[in-house]
Amino acid sequence: MWGILRQKAGGVTGLSSQGLGNQMLRLRPVASAMRSYSSATKEMTVRDALNSALDEEMAADPNVFVMGEEVGEYQGAYKITKGLLDKYGPERVVDTPITEAGFAGIGVGSAYHGLRPVIEFMTFNFSMQAIDHVINSAAKSNYMSAGQINVPIVFRGPNGPAAGVGAQHSQCYGAWFGAVPGLKVLVPYSSEDARGLLKAAIRDPDPVVFLENELLYGESFPVSAEVLDSSFCLPIGKAKIEREGKDVTITAFSKMVGYALKAAEILEKDGINAEVINLRSIRPLDRATINASVRKTNRLVTVEEGFPQHGIGAEICASVVEDSFGYLDAPVERIAGADVPTPYAANLERMAFPQIEDIVRAAKRACYRSPMAANAS
Amino acid sequence: MGFARAINPHPLPLLADTRATKPVPAPSSSSLFLGSTRTLRPTQTRSISSPHRRSAASAVAAKVSDVKLKSTTNLLVTKEEGLEVYEDMILGRVFEDMCAQMYYRGKMFGFVHLYNGQEAVSSGFIKLLKKEDSVVSTYRDHVHALSKGVPARAVMSELFGKTTGCCRGQGGSMHMFSAEHNVLGGFAFIGEGIPVATGAAFTSKYKREVLKEADCDHVTLAFFGDGTANNGQFFECLNMAALWKLPIIFVVENNLWAIGMSHLRATSDPEIWKKGPAFGMPGVHVDGMDVLKVREVAKEAIGRARRGEGPTLVECETYRFRGHSLADPDELRDPDEKARYAARDPITQFKKYLIENKLASEAELKAIEKKIDEVVEEAVEFADESPAPSRSQLLENVFADPRGFGIGPDGRYRCEDPKFTEGTAQV
Repeated sequence: MWGILRQKAGGVTGLSSQGLGNQMLRLRPVASAMRSYSSATKEMTVRDALNSALDEEMAADPNVFVMGEEVGEYQGAYKITKGLLDKYGPERVVDTPITEAGFAGIGVGSAYHGLRPVIEFMTFNFSMQAIDHVINSAAKSNYMSAGQINVPIVFRGPNGPAAGVGAQHSQCYGAWFGAVPGLKVLVPYSSEDARGLLKAAIRDPDPVVFLENELLYGESFPVSAEVLDSSFCLPIGKAKIEREGKDVTITAFSKMVGYALKAAEILEKDGINAEVINLRSIRPLDRATINASVRKTNRLVTVEEGFPQHGIGAEICASVVEDSFGYLDAPVERIAGADVPTPYAANLERMAFPQIEDIVRAAKRACYRSPMAANAS
Repeated sequence: MGFARAINPHPLPLLADTRATKPVPAPSSSSLFLGSTRTLRPTQTRSISSPHRRSAASAVAAKVSDVKLKSTTNLLVTKEEGLEVYEDMILGRVFEDMCAQMYYRGKMFGFVHLYNGQEAVSSGFIKLLKKEDSVVSTYRDHVHALSKGVPARAVMSELFGKTTGCCRGQGGSMHMFSAEHNVLGGFAFIGEGIPVATGAAFTSKYKREVLKEADCDHVTLAFFGDGTANNGQFFECLNMAALWKLPIIFVVENNLWAIGMSHLRATSDPEIWKKGPAFGMPGVHVDGMDVLKVREVAKEAIGRARRGEGPTLVECETYRFRGHSLADPDELRDPDEKARYAARDPITQFKKYLIENKLASEAELKAIEKKIDEVVEEAVEFADESPAPSRSQLLENVFADPRGFGIGPDGRYRCEDPKFTEGTAQV
């Protein structure tokens, strides 16, 4: 009933059951009891979730089309658009030359006229070649034209580090795009997030930057029947509390949610009850949920893979200091990637990104359970 | 072969071509290349070293065409068309002159880039378009918007930063948008408009092929300058437009100067029209100071695009009489060069043509000029009297779906708070 757990390939940290989340691990010994439940939950990889969301939205609205490098005949560089070319034809699944600026702009121009393009960047690192169009012609156009021309476009692709891909392929763009007014920036973690948020993004009348994660594509998550329904949609701008707790709040997004959940289990053994918030949306940031959680737990740890300066943790910290200063019992702990371009060597790369131990250590520091470390890790 | 004739900028053979009713078959890429070299007429002296070579060549072309036009009874425009084009060119000129006045009086501010001298390109092309066709421009976009049909008062108010402007004062001089007239901007970055225009053309093709709107033959014009022709996005779009046969015309307004950078100093091969055949589309060079020549080339190119034969690259040799912007002291340009082009003012040339060919009398043309003066003055008055945007307008139109501002501290969407746009709610 659970199906085969798909391990993510090439994971340096070797987290075997990362995708299951807290409840699943606890329930595993009673798998036989689970079989007696109704068949509501089945497993789905993030890749299949994205593929099915694209498929359903393209079937529902003929204005939706996909454009990018290798999305058609290659079935997608990461196989996210598998099968779509056969179903919808080359006019709606458009293979482009290697021209990010060109085809991002073409997407924007077609969105001006009411089509709903889904532009795939092979990784968001390549979006830097097209960033002028994401920001200047997509994000700002509704404002510059005073509402006459809106841009219902989605820019999607993998974001952040993969495994051993080097400095130019490993940057996280959440903070950069999250700073721009006029954009909506979404960061799914599980298959449910992937499906719901991608559908919401495609249906949204504004430009959406959809930051996926390559290492999560192969992860399986349980999905309920509601999630599998073709009208399933998640609201943009609402975070999800993945795990309730009362001692410390840990905010994370994308792959780091899995790490945070594992860290929470480790902390549980030490008697620290952590609340894990899956941000789901960087812009708009769900400050209400974060602040409510901090007012409950009084301690905050933010986790992200991007560079630390001007990062998402910095924004969350500022928000919490502005809104819930009196509730904080400890300084906000920010965990981010190291302030270096990503190294290639496997051990160095491991040091350059947050690991579960780092989250555990930071949470303990926030709870004053261990002496304050001189150097943040 | 009809196609080779189409590339030749000489007006008379083109005239014959446009009268032809049979569609021109799309040539293979090898014949395209041959077609382009066939246009190098022996009279054109194109030695790259001479800085005056450009004007010498076009002077020859202009002279030749003048002689030919006088001797033929086949006129290139009817009276109505002629007066419409003349009125449009006068509107462009008077409007831009008024902008300069207003700027120096402090009513207009920021970056203002004026179009004086290039009116033939805008009127020559845009007056042939339907309302559903799209125009994408650069920061030098006032006259493109006016030609496409945006009312002068809307453009003037926008320049003054008033709420009655075409973009409610939120865009400004460089960002003229009009959904109603399909003016898709107004972009400040060089080359930024070209992919957007290519996307609009892509939509036209998509509507025809996927959405099955069989009669959708909307074309898109992308206007940009000589400096942009060196930009990567330009080449990317030439490639994709030719690859997918998109209904777009790339119009290069080659006024020889990118702020203070001469085109000849910046470009390895200054003949921009040659870059078209390299990508598999026809490249045409036309005298951009002569509105009739531009119109003839435009008819051909737009016809091609409407028939689904793909894109065209048109290089219009033109000149801007003023500096790059109103803040540009314009010291680097040779006064002789300016004088030479001022003598070829497109409006004076066309006025002469209309009168000599008995299409209009002096009185009629004077009446048009008077009418336009009144229109522009009225536009200034309207803009002056219009209110500045209210405070609440600051947060409007950031998103089409304002729930994009997220959830407020009270747990509801910020945009649902009635005080949100007044600035009293928390942003």
